[in-house]
Amino acid sequence: MRDIIRMIVVLGVMAACGGALLAGVKSGTAAKIEYQQLKFVKGPAIKNILEGCTNDPLVDRFKIKDGEIERSFYVGVFDGKANAVAYETFGKGFGGDIGVMVGVNVEADELLGIGVTTHAETPGLGSRAKDDPSFGAQFKGMSISKPIKVKPDGGEVDAVSGATITSKGVCQGVTDSAEFYTRLKPQIVEQAKAFAK
Amino acid sequence: MAKTIVQEFTKGLWDEIPPFRLVLGLCPVLAVTKTVANGVGMGVAATFVLVCSNILVSALRNIIPSQVRVPCFIIIIATFVVVVELVMQAVAYPLFLQLGIFIPLIVVNCIILGRAEAFASKNPPVASIADGLGIGVGFTIALGALAGIREAFGAGTISVPFSDTVIQLFGPSFQPFTFMVEAPGAFVCLGLVLAIMNLIGK
Repeated sequence: MRDIIRMIVVLGVMAACGGALLAGVKSGTAAKIEYQQLKFVKGPAIKNILEGCTNDPLVDRFKIKDGEIERSFYVGVFDGKANAVAYETFGKGFGGDIGVMVGVNVEADELLGIGVTTHAETPGLGSRAKDDPSFGAQFKGMSISKPIKVKPDGGEVDAVSGATITSKGVCQGVTDSAEFYTRLKPQIVEQAKAFAK
Repeated sequence: MAKTIVQEFTKGLWDEIPPFRLVLGLCPVLAVTKTVANGVGMGVAATFVLVCSNILVSALRNIIPSQVRVPCFIIIIATFVVVVELVMQAVAYPLFLQLGIFIPLIVVNCIILGRAEAFASKNPPVASIADGLGIGVGFTIALGALAGIREAFGAGTISVPFSDTVIQLFGPSFQPFTFMVEAPGAFVCLGLVLAIMNLIGK
């Protein structure tokens, strides 16, 4: 009987110590890991969209609580004014959700550009929405307040050939994001001001 | 124990060098040695876990009841593996993406559990540290060497660990022998190295 209790106590104490150590390490590295993930997963898309900004959008970021969801915004400073933000939205693609980073000029409500961050599309077809810069470049200068569609649907965007569903998914994601962008805009403008230099 | 601390350390470098002499822990050896940077990164991560778990197992060897020693070892090892995983994400994210699933798999690496069971649970902490360091460094050297051979032939490059530098070994007319960086190439390469080491050993 004493043996059994001893086993339980030793195992229990070790597991508890291990858990405590891990909790400590986890909270200690959380901020760093978040930044690393930003830098290597979303970073390239953000850098591309906010090209020419004078700050580091990965550092100058803020979060806004939108109901249940917490949305991250990355600020781009141009000519000393924090007039551009990038945020992530999701569209329904061929193989699952497509993460789309959308850059918006908050003064003109115009798109600065878009970039696909995460996707599960067919390599070589749908994946070109991410790899081919000319697809994302088409969105530059479009108004965020109007629905964005591919040409077959009566819009202006040339779909990636062989990947119409992916292209539609990206457009849908951008269009959907206009809803929360418009709703949160006063907060976005307010928070972005803090980063102006 | 007639062996000195130095002997405990050096035995891991040749006499008991893990993948070649003990032929243990082959899963990461075969899987991550496509590039030198990956191989050495894996070796360093495993060495850290090995040394830390050896210290703790050795220090607690009189407290841990022998009936539950394996679960206790696993708790210790798993804790340090997660620590390595988190730290690697924080400081070397690209390496973490490359190694992926093989970092959590260090938990079931036979070398680490093997050293805990065969050495650290029977020896004092200082000798255990020497043993862990020796085996770990040996493991790292073995991974680095194997990866060096595979990368040199398979891709014509040597990637320097812990930096983004990649050294081109051959001229532009080099045709990569891609078999070497594929899974079967790993087996063939390991077998050849084993054969050469046996030959020298005789």
